[in-house]
Amino acid sequence: MGIRFDSVTVAYDGNVVLDSLDLTVEPGEVMALLGPSGSGKTTALRAVAGFVRPASGRVLLGDRDVTDLPPHRRGIGMVVQQYALFPHMRVHENVAFGLKARKTPKGEIRGRVAEALEMTGMAGYARRFPRELSGGQQQRVAIARALAIRPSVLLLDEPLSALDAQLRSGMLAELSRLHRELPGVSMLYVTHDQVEALTLADRIAVMDAARLQQCGTPRELYREPKSEFTASFVGGANLLPVTVVSGGVDFAGTELKADTRGAVAGARATLCVRPHLVGLGEGPNRIVGTVTEIQWRGATHRLYAEAGGHTLMADLRELKNPPALGDRVMLHFAPDDAVLLPAGVTHA
Amino acid sequence: MLVHSRKGRWAVWAVFLVLFVPLFALPLLVVLGASFATHWSGVLPSGLTTAHYRSATRGEALQALTTSLVTALTASLLALAAGAWAALAGAALNKRHRRILDALFVLPVAVPSVVVGLSVLVAFSKPPMLLNGTRWIVILAHTVLVTAFAHQSVSAAITRLDPAYEQVAASLGARPGYVLWRVRLPLLLPSLTAAAGLCIALSMGELSATMMLYPPDWTPLPVLIYAATDRGALFTGSAVAVVLMAATLFTLFAVSRIGAKASYR
Repeated sequence: MGIRFDSVTVAYDGNVVLDSLDLTVEPGEVMALLGPSGSGKTTALRAVAGFVRPASGRVLLGDRDVTDLPPHRRGIGMVVQQYALFPHMRVHENVAFGLKARKTPKGEIRGRVAEALEMTGMAGYARRFPRELSGGQQQRVAIARALAIRPSVLLLDEPLSALDAQLRSGMLAELSRLHRELPGVSMLYVTHDQVEALTLADRIAVMDAARLQQCGTPRELYREPKSEFTASFVGGANLLPVTVVSGGVDFAGTELKADTRGAVAGARATLCVRPHLVGLGEGPNRIVGTVTEIQWRGATHRLYAEAGGHTLMADLRELKNPPALGDRVMLHFAPDDAVLLPAGVTHA
Repeated sequence: MLVHSRKGRWAVWAVFLVLFVPLFALPLLVVLGASFATHWSGVLPSGLTTAHYRSATRGEALQALTTSLVTALTASLLALAAGAWAALAGAALNKRHRRILDALFVLPVAVPSVVVGLSVLVAFSKPPMLLNGTRWIVILAHTVLVTAFAHQSVSAAITRLDPAYEQVAASLGARPGYVLWRVRLPLLLPSLTAAAGLCIALSMGELSATMMLYPPDWTPLPVLIYAATDRGALFTGSAVAVVLMAATLFTLFAVSRIGAKASYR
């Protein structure tokens, strides 16, 4: 079952926290809502769950308008950051909770609980109390509890934020597997972590300041960001303030080749280049800068260089003889690796 | 540990004993001593006897003990039901309305209990609400007096309760009543039993309002102690006081056992 936001606006005390969101999650799709805190992403999820009532707009699950339905009649599975396992119930009672609340026949409950625990790899822990489990195990139980009711929509609210980095990547793989095993379940996945969104989502909706900024496949967002916010939030980017000239752009007196279709000569714009697409040495688009910082990151060196009053970042394959601070270096990138964006905050 | 040096720790212990022994322990020990005495003219009581206890555990005194226990348990249960209900309902209100509700529930504690006793007496002395002369007026007054504590401790626990529990429960398809019964109340149980203990302890010792209200056939234990000491029977009164103390402690212990068993942490 799909989810549809139809110009959903949510306000608390006249303060708009979600501004007319239009978004459709297709059946079986994983949609990540990605944004910093306060961007409205969690509010959007809560509107689907029924914990906030939109000031205007409709929320649809499949063809059903659920805007005015209380949460318990929506039939949605939900997993939250702090797990919220019922501490007074054993694991199997937690997983059975939704089934009992829905008056599922007793004989069926046992099988469904076992199935959900099996699916999340927690079958051996049915008799434990939540406090006897690690954080990762608790989150698996929380997922099993949500899956036990066989929801057609699963809401995940920062589900991995409370886990450490290593567990998180394991759980990411686990969630991808679950998604493959449950092709009919639509998932709305709220996160502030772009790695989670890029790894897991079929499409990403980038949110900022209560508004949807851009929605697309991870590749689209990465290759063709439409705004400076999207470019820097998804993947990180060099955002160079430039002026459009014929056949390219002018960056602080340096002429660079770029695709300027749709831009008028003389207009101000922002050139977006991903740090890992910037190379050291001679190349087609050259910028000379002064090294201000160099960080060794194992497989790569992250180089910061000052040029034309701006700092450029370059992720370079580990260098044998890295430049020293204050050295003049030549940086380059391929013209088709750069994306021209409308001018934004960097011009201010 | 707050105090690290060995000397400092000794000093803290010394201050604690100097303050605690005369203020808390000694009066209780004196009552305990007096309850076994027939004379007390020197430093220590003399003429040790258990006769006071014989009279303190039968007849009138036993009747009064039962009265106190029934009053305390009934009033506490009523107070817990009303206080917890109000606290749960108050949690759904906005801040200003909740403050008004809290203030209403604190009122009986803010007002001297003699005044509460008097107002209950005046309010329920005429038909159609004639409770004066029945045991119910005592139970009612105790309920009014202890509800504040039940309400306060339960509403404090509710604000600490993570809303994610009830939200997840609702998303799983549980109706609000089911969520209350299976999730919220079990999670609140530790503070409910703590509140029950507090209510029982307060009610077992209540004297000032009770004095104005109690009918002849419903004399709680504190009234009996007061009457005994008032007519000069200090040693008998002490024995009854020790029985009251023991009964209260036993009841609190029993309630806390229920709480510990129900607790999941």
